[in-house]
Amino acid sequence: MSFTQTRTLGARRHLLGLEDLSAAEINEVLETAIPCKEIIQREIKKLPTLRGRTVVTLFFEPSTRTRISFELAAKWLGADTVNVTVSTSSVQKGENFVDTARTIEALGADFIILRHSMAGAAHLLAENVKCRVINAGDGAREHPTQALLDIFTLKEKLGRIQGLKVAIVGDILHSRVAMSNIYGLTKLGAKVMVVGPPTLIPKGLTELGVEVEHNLDRALNEVDVVNMLRIQLERQQKGLFPSLREYARLYGLNAERLNKARKDLIVMHPGPTNLGVEITEEAATDSRSVITAQVTNGVAVRMAIFYLLNGGRANDEFLS
Amino acid sequence: MHRIKAQLMDDDAIRRALYRLSHEITEKNKGVDDLVLIGIRTRGVPLAQRLAALIKKNEGVDLPVGVLDITFYRDDLSLISQQPVVHKTEIPIRLTGKKVVLVDDVLFTGRTVRAAMDAVMDLGRPRLIQLAVLVDRGHRELPIRADFIGKNAPTSQRETVSVKLKETDGEDRVVIEEVADGKD
Repeated sequence: MSFTQTRTLGARRHLLGLEDLSAAEINEVLETAIPCKEIIQREIKKLPTLRGRTVVTLFFEPSTRTRISFELAAKWLGADTVNVTVSTSSVQKGENFVDTARTIEALGADFIILRHSMAGAAHLLAENVKCRVINAGDGAREHPTQALLDIFTLKEKLGRIQGLKVAIVGDILHSRVAMSNIYGLTKLGAKVMVVGPPTLIPKGLTELGVEVEHNLDRALNEVDVVNMLRIQLERQQKGLFPSLREYARLYGLNAERLNKARKDLIVMHPGPTNLGVEITEEAATDSRSVITAQVTNGVAVRMAIFYLLNGGRANDEFLS
Repeated sequence: MHRIKAQLMDDDAIRRALYRLSHEITEKNKGVDDLVLIGIRTRGVPLAQRLAALIKKNEGVDLPVGVLDITFYRDDLSLISQQPVVHKTEIPIRLTGKKVVLVDDVLFTGRTVRAAMDAVMDLGRPRLIQLAVLVDRGHRELPIRADFIGKNAPTSQRETVSVKLKETDGEDRVVIEEVADGKD
C-alpha cells in the first residue's frame, strides 16, 4: 500500500503534532470541524458516529478545559469515555507511563488522549500501543489540538489564514501552544511573530520563519491577531523575568494598549487566563476577544479529529 | 472501471418525472401545509430544490428546503479506512410537527434513508416522514420503501445507477453502469 501526496489525516492512526502534518491534512481538520460545529449548536448533541468506541483521557498534568473538551467531543460523537488523571506527586519515580497506557489499551480503549510533562511522550506511546493516540500536550513540545482550534477560530472570523500576521505573546520558551501554532500557521501561509522578553524566547525560531520582537506595542501595530499565552506562574521562581507586575506592564494586554490598537484586531488566549498578568479582564472581554469562541470551537475541532482518525480495519492493517 | 450499459432517463424524462412527483407530493399531503423538503446530499439537494420550484409554480407557495448530510450516521464507518468527507447539515426551520419529505436520487439498499431518518429524528420530532426518489433500483436490505418514485428500474447487483444533474454534473441524465470485468 503506497501513500501518495493526497494522504489525509484519516490515513494516520495518531495525531501527535502539527510538525508532522501537511497543509492539506490541517485543512481537512478545519473543513470537518465546520459540520461538527453545526452539531454542537443543536438541541440534541448526540451522534452515533463513534458508537462502541472507547476514549480514555490519560492526563499526567492537571487540566480542566482540555480534558472536558475532549470528553464532550467524544461523548457527542457517541463514544464512551473514561478519565484517568494521575497527579504527578503520586507517580513514583521510574513508573513507566507506557505500561499504564498498555493496561488501558488492554481494557479496551480505542483512543488514548495523552497529556504528559515529557516532550515526545505521545510519540513514544504511539510506538508502543495499537490504539489511536492523540497528543493533548507533551512538555514544551506540542499541543496540536489547541493550535488547530486557534486556527479554526481565526479562519471562522477572518475567512482565511494565508497572509495573516499573528503575534504570539508571552513565555514562548515553555509553550507547546506556541510551537504548535507556529507549525500550523506557517504551513497555511500565515506569518508568525513571537513577542516576549529575551529570556522567554528560544533560540532558532527564526529558522522556522518566525519573526522575533521584544516590544508588544510595536508588535500590535503590525499584526492582525494577537495570541496572549498564559504565564505559567510555577515558572516564575526560575527568575526568567523580574516580577509579574513588571511582566504585566511590558507584555500584558490591557485596555490602554487595546484602545490604541486597530479596531479589527483579533485577541486570543488559550486559557486559563491569569487576569491582570498577561491580559486584563477588560481586554479579555473586549469585543475583539474571541476567547469564548475558542473554547466552543475546541469541541468542534476535537470532534473532527476523532472522526477523521476513526478509520476502519484497513487502517490497522496497512499502517501497523 | 464502470461502463455505461444503458440510458434510463434523459433530461425530458427527468423533467416530466419531477413534474409528476411535485403533484403527487401535494396531492398526497392534501396541500402544502407544514411541508418541508429535505434533500440528502449530494444529489438529493438539487432535486429537492427543483421540486420546491415546481410546487411553487403549482401552488404558489415557497416551501422550506433543507440540506441533510448523513455521513455521521452511516453504519459502515468502522469498516472503511478513509473516512468520507462530511458536509454541513442545513435545516432552515424546526422540524417538530412538520411533514418532512426526504428527497434522494436513487433508492437502493435503504441504508442511506435509514441514516437520514435517524438524522432527522435528532433534529426534532416531525409529524411524519415521507420519501421521494428519482429512481428506485430495488435490492433493499432494510424494510424501507419510497412514497414517491420517479422511475422504477430493475437492476442487477453488479450494476450501478448513476444520476447526473445539471447542478452537480453539468447534464441531466440517468444511466445504468456495469462494473467492467476484472477488478473494480
